[in-house]
Formats: sequence, C-alpha cells, structure tokens
Amino acid sequence: MARKFEPVVISANDLFDGRVIYLTGQNEWVSHLRQAELITDEEQAKHRMAHAMALSDRAVGVFLAPARAGENGPEPGHPREAFRANGPSNYFHGKQAEDA
Amino acid sequence: MYHHSEFDRAFVVDRAQRFRDQVNRRISGALTEEEFRPLRLMNGVYLQLHAYMLRIAIPYGSISPDQMRRLAHIADRWDKGYGHFTTRQNIQFNWPKLVDIPDMLDSLAEVGMHAIQTSGNTIRNVTADHFSGAAADEIADPRPYAELIRQWSTDHPEFQFLPRKFKIAVSGSPNDRAVVKSHDIGLRMIRQDGEIGFEVSVGGGLGRTPLVGKVVRDFLPVRDLLPYLEAILSAYNSVGRRDNKYKARLKIAVQELGIEHIRELVEARFAEIRPLFDGSDQEVLERISQQFAAPALQDDRSTADYDAARDADPVFRSWADTNLHEHRHPDYAIVTVSLKKHGATPGDATSEQMRVLADLAEKYGIGDLRISHEQNVVLPYVHRADLAALHAALREADLATANIGLISDIIACPGLDYCALATARSIPIAQQIAERFDELKLEHEIGEMKIKISGCINACGHHHVGHIGILGLDRAGVENYQVTLGGDGTETMAVGERAGPGFSKDEIIPAIERLVQGYLAVREDASETFLQAYRRLGPDPFKAALYPAEQKAA
Repeated sequence: MARKFEPVVISANDLFDGRVIYLTGQNEWVSHLRQAELITDEEQAKHRMAHAMALSDRAVGVFLAPARAGENGPEPGHPREAFRANGPSNYFHGKQAEDA
Repeated sequence: MYHHSEFDRAFVVDRAQRFRDQVNRRISGALTEEEFRPLRLMNGVYLQLHAYMLRIAIPYGSISPDQMRRLAHIADRWDKGYGHFTTRQNIQFNWPKLVDIPDMLDSLAEVGMHAIQTSGNTIRNVTADHFSGAAADEIADPRPYAELIRQWSTDHPEFQFLPRKFKIAVSGSPNDRAVVKSHDIGLRMIRQDGEIGFEVSVGGGLGRTPLVGKVVRDFLPVRDLLPYLEAILSAYNSVGRRDNKYKARLKIAVQELGIEHIRELVEARFAEIRPLFDGSDQEVLERISQQFAAPALQDDRSTADYDAARDADPVFRSWADTNLHEHRHPDYAIVTVSLKKHGATPGDATSEQMRVLADLAEKYGIGDLRISHEQNVVLPYVHRADLAALHAALREADLATANIGLISDIIACPGLDYCALATARSIPIAQQIAERFDELKLEHEIGEMKIKISGCINACGHHHVGHIGILGLDRAGVENYQVTLGGDGTETMAVGERAGPGFSKDEIIPAIERLVQGYLAVREDASETFLQAYRRLGPDPFKAALYPAEQKAA
C-alpha cells in the first residue's frame, strides 16, 4: 500500500550565512517556518521543489521538510525540524535568540 | 612543540587565499554548490543544521598559548564566544558565516593553524596521546612521528580522493590513550631488542560497523614508517570500495578480504616503495624531533607546599586525586582541566576560558597545552609546587571540576542539537547524567567510569568503547537511546555489547542510575571498576539492573 503523503514545507540553508530558510507561496525565502508554504499534495510538492531548485542561487540543499498545520502557520513535523526552526537546546542561540 | 617552517607558513597562507577565491566565485555564482561543496569540505567547512561549521585541526592535540588565544579571538569576532573541542583533537565553531571564513583562515594561518583535511575523503588530522612527552609510562614521544605523518599526508596528491576518510593515531606508551585500534591505522610504539618501533594495526573504526584494528605488522622500525604508511594507503586506494560509502572504509576491506590478504598486499607494495625513500624523510624527522626536545625541568624547587595544600584543603585534594596524572619527572604533574562541569556541554570552552588556559599554561605549564580526545584540555608540565595556585586560578575561571575519568567526564558528540547527520540529542543526556550523579554525590564512590554518547550510528561520541555507551536513534520521530555495555577504548580495546531495547529520553537517565547502582551492589569492593566487574560477571546482572520488569516477568 502506498504511503500516505505527509505535509511538507520547502526548506534550505542560506548560502551566505548558513541559516535555515523556508520558501513562501510567493516564492520568497524567509527565516521563519510559520511564513512558509505548507504543501499537502504530493504532486504539488514535486512541482514546487522543481521550482525552488531553479529559483535562487542563495538556497543551498533545498529539500522537503516535514511539517504540519498550526494555528499560526506551519509547525515542525519532526524533532530535527524543531531544532532547525528554533535553535539548539543547550544554548539560547539561533532563531530563538534572534526572535527574542 | 613544532613551529611552522617558512614552507608551512607559505603553504597555509596560499591555501587560505585559494579558498577565498573559491568562496568569492561561489557567491558570484561562478561555482555551483555541487562544484563548491568538495572545495569547502577540503577546507573543513560543513553546512550543519543552523549554520556553517568550521573544523580546525589541532595536530596531535598540541597547541600553544598564542594559538589558544587566537581561537578565543576567532570565537569572539566571528562566532558566538565559544568553541567545541572534539574527539579527534579538533575544534569546531558552529556559527560562522561563509563570507567570514576566509578571514578566519587567514587569522589561523598567522599562528600556524589551518583547517586543511579536517573533512573530505582524505587523511584526517593525525591524533596522538594527549600526555605525549610527559607521561611516566612513555616509551618515546610520539609527536615527532605524528608531525612527520602530518607533513607527509598534507596535500599528498595520491591520497586526496580516497574511497573514504582515513584516520591515523599514534601512541607512545603501552597504556593507550589515543584509542589507536579504533583508527584506520593505529601506531603503538614498542621497544624490541632495544630498538624503538611501532606495532601497526589496520582496519579499526567505530561508526555503523565497529571493528577493532588488526595487527598487520608486529614491529615496524622507525625508518620504515612513511614507506609502510604509504604502502597501506596505496593498497587501500586500490581495494577500498567506491560503490558503497558505507562499505568504503579500510576496516571493511580488512573484514572482507582478511588481514592476511591485506598484509600480503601491503608488504608487496612496501617492497616496491621502500627503495624510493632515499632517507630524506629521516632527515626531516630529525629536524622535527629537535623541536620536540624535552624541556628543561626544575629540580631545585620543593614540593612541600603541594603536600601541605593536599592536607589542608579537601577540595584541592579531591581535584588532585582525579585530575592529575603521573609525570615522567617526580616533581611534576600532568594536569587535565575538565571541560565537563556538571551540566555543561562536554568539550565546550568559552573564549574567556581559552584565554585563562593560555595564561595559566604560560605561568605554570612552560607554555604547553594539549587537547585530549576525551574533550578536555591538558597542561602537561606543571611543577607540583604550582599546583595549588593553578587550582585556585582554575576555580576562578570555573574550570576546576574534579571529575576526570569519573561518571560526569562524558564524551558526547554535538548530536541533533547541531549535527545534520544526528538522529537524537547527545548533549542534554550527558548534561542530565552529570547533574543526576552530582546530586546523588556518588561520583567519586563509583570511581573510574567511561560513559560515551553518540547521537547517531556514526559514533562520533565513541559510544562503542564506553564502559557504558549510549546511542541515540530516531524511532518514528521520537528520540530513543540504546545502551551498550563493556566497551573499552584502551590497549585492551573492546566493542560494547548492546544490552537490550532502547529507552525514551525520559527513561534513559533513571536506567543509567539503575545500572550504576546495580554495579555498586555487585562489585567486590571499591577497587573493582565497572569494566572489571562487567568482565568478571558478564552482562546478566547489568541487564537485570537495566530491565528490572523483564527480569520479574521471566
């Protein structure tokens, strides 16, 4: 039986500083997961990935990151994505510090 | 210690300049990421979870006060004010920007440091016993040989595109403090009929296939070191698999072809190569060795103050009991400074702590510092008369934790908090174990205990050779921790055995506590270490402590 497609966002790292970035529905790379486009359809995901790969020289390692719908936009769909979205747990560094 | 020659200086400056050009071309779009990635990896630049990571080599763990201060400067100027010392005697910075890395490399080059070959499928940073040149049990100082290997392997044209990364470690003592048999090549110095040479093992490694290295040559004369290493690398380059990266390490070739076959290949190649070495390598070794000449040590100072301080101050005595190691000179001690304060991130040092260590090395330690594979800092030459003052200074800098070799002296990889490969966190587990046993006030009662934690099967935290190893895995999006028992990273190296089902992140700390309490209940007396008890009794009593419910059900 085919696996059910789980929601994703398109993510990457910024070429200049390595920070985690996400693709919006308006084809912009942004820093916050909640602003990302949540993709719930597999065919749409393939189409958007192809678009993202061609979109920007500043995005490194473009991939489909597991996510889920939240009250304020997409939320991390995997522990790794939670760390990418917020920062490490041993120091108050990364996006959690930038947002504070 | 070794000081860079004019050739070395020109070489690292040139490499930094070339990388600057490569970065510029990547940013301009002249290079694609596919083209740029191998170039950045050749210069120690990874892309991790949150940012780039720059891995800087500290060859055989040896670092001068000025170099340590430069690392502090880099941490402050281009990172977040700290650095992470690793199990391969490197330092990693977790937050640099790509555009800043050329400046960082220029800054390193000014003090004879670099990031060359700290990643990629090449010969990595050569590691060695962190007590080299000072240990009482040493046959000979391994650092000149490690430096010779560094010079030979750096930019060696034949070995830049090996099937996989390649690691070499050197120990100058019968007591192995460099985990030599977990390396592709392990060199253990021995004396035979009055001559110094090496026992050479190949095919060791941890990771998803942990294997203990096998002896390929019982005794290798010093003069044959480079041709023999070249023969091993050459044989590996020809038989190492390139079709599957998980089977590409030398250890797999040794496992699949057998040590006899590998030995035949190596010896045949050695016979071809040996005549090509005309002795100039021995001249280089001689020049290097002069730079590692034993320092003049003081024989005219009393150690009475040390004895008085031990008697008067139980905090100092506790630290001295755990953090000092026997020196070849009876009036001196080797001091290990713990980077494992209870609850801290193992191996991390702030820029301020780096500067303090540099100052203290100059004031009390004849300007010599080492980074250990156990992620601590070593001052190898401290007169016993200075130990009390050194301890007081370390306390002020929050660097006087008395736990070397104890349960909170945990090796832990960066894990899921930083690493793109990790599947579970390592650092918080290490922090919680250290804090729990500090609360219980059992640490010194437990005695020698090596806990090592990895956040994935790549085993950067050396969990396979921990007396208690902890391997973090991802189980359907949930962190899960497997325990291994009986690992040993010394001259009696052994790979730990998996104890049973894994534990959730909420269960693992109580499980470790049960395991350690179980050990305390079955040991013969306080002198029997966990590893000794495990070897005497086998795994059953330890598994019973870990899985009490299953034992009752049975």
